[in-house]
Amino acid sequence: MLKKIVFLLFVSCFACFNTVSAAESGGMPQLNPEFWISQIFWLIITFGILFIILTKVILPKISDNLETRKSQILENIETADKQKEESQKKIDEYEKIILDSKLKAKSYFNEAREKILDDINKKRAALEKDLDEEISEVEKELSDLKQKSGEKINKIAAETSAELIKELIGEEVNSSSIAAIVEDQSKINRERKDV
Amino acid sequence: MASNPMYQFNVYRIGPEIKLGAVDISFTNASLFMVISSLAILIIFNLGAKKKTLIPDKLQLLSELSYSFVAKMISDTAGSKAKPYFSFIFSLFMFVLFCNMFGMIPYAFTVTSHIIVTFVLAAFIFIGVTIIGFMKHGLGYLKLFVPSGVPMVLLPLIVVIEIISYLSRPISLSVRLFANMMAGHTMMKVFGGFVISLGIVGGWLPLSFSVALTGLEILVAFLQAYVFAILTCIYLNDALNLHH
Repeated sequence: MLKKIVFLLFVSCFACFNTVSAAESGGMPQLNPEFWISQIFWLIITFGILFIILTKVILPKISDNLETRKSQILENIETADKQKEESQKKIDEYEKIILDSKLKAKSYFNEAREKILDDINKKRAALEKDLDEEISEVEKELSDLKQKSGEKINKIAAETSAELIKELIGEEVNSSSIAAIVEDQSKINRERKDV
Repeated sequence: MASNPMYQFNVYRIGPEIKLGAVDISFTNASLFMVISSLAILIIFNLGAKKKTLIPDKLQLLSELSYSFVAKMISDTAGSKAKPYFSFIFSLFMFVLFCNMFGMIPYAFTVTSHIIVTFVLAAFIFIGVTIIGFMKHGLGYLKLFVPSGVPMVLLPLIVVIEIISYLSRPISLSVRLFANMMAGHTMMKVFGGFVISLGIVGGWLPLSFSVALTGLEILVAFLQAYVFAILTCIYLNDALNLHH
């Protein structure tokens, strides 16, 4: 295998030498001045036309295009920034509105509560006043009744005791003295009760 | 003799002989490939510049990328003063690039493999740059040959060397491109000849070399066009911004 590669290299070197010497005998066509003028002429023509068209037509278009793209992108970025700002402003406004409405709702609530409490208090006060009046009326009636009942009881007691005495003794007793005795007795009773 | 590796560089007449006075300006295969390259450039870039969409299509992207590539190259090497020469350098770069690339097509002729073509381009650049330098700085442009910070003893020697290096610019620029293209194409031809002469048994090795060389040559074709353009920018930079 190695032998074969060495052999191949040897052969290729030999072939290379052969072709290179052949080239030397042919010379370099580049140094043959036969077509130099023609080459210069056509170079000037083609390169000149290329240069003129590129300069006048194509390159301005490309640079224009690049410029417009640049400015457009900048513009878009600017618009995006502006919109961002606007949306931030809107968000702030929205939050403010929400805060305001919350405060308003709270104040409405408080007002309503106060009103209701006031109402309730008023009604309660009126009711209590009514109640107090009625109670005091009833108490007065009661105390009246008590006093009257005491007198009535005394009267009844005097009448009954006068009749009892009449039955027992068969004799008319002075009703006023009986009434005084009953009065005394009931006073004593009441005092005993109080004590 | 078609197996001669230099045969591909022969220039021959296409069509009738055209004479302007005593000089022969016949249309040759070299002229044909100059016309083809220029037309290809014009067609591709015209199509690329035609549509003005915000999001570019393929050709538009290609032309815009080339535009910004060359613009960046110029502004990097020669600064903002070189902007008026943009279209010349762009045309030069594209012309050399397309001529080199068209040379990579089998049986095609490589325009830039002829010293006369590259020399005319380089000489034009040299003369143009020199004129620009003298127009911008007057006789002060001669300061280019006198670097600052050099001892007085060495100055005569340095000036002579600077002048020689300045004058050899067109030669170095043209020979660099011409020699690269010629050497690459000759080498490909030689290896191609080996494939035939070694036959089906031993031809695989030079064939693989040939394939690899094709890739290399495409790289060289681009690189040499780039070098040609960037050296032009550097010479222009010397003429526009004297920094010696």
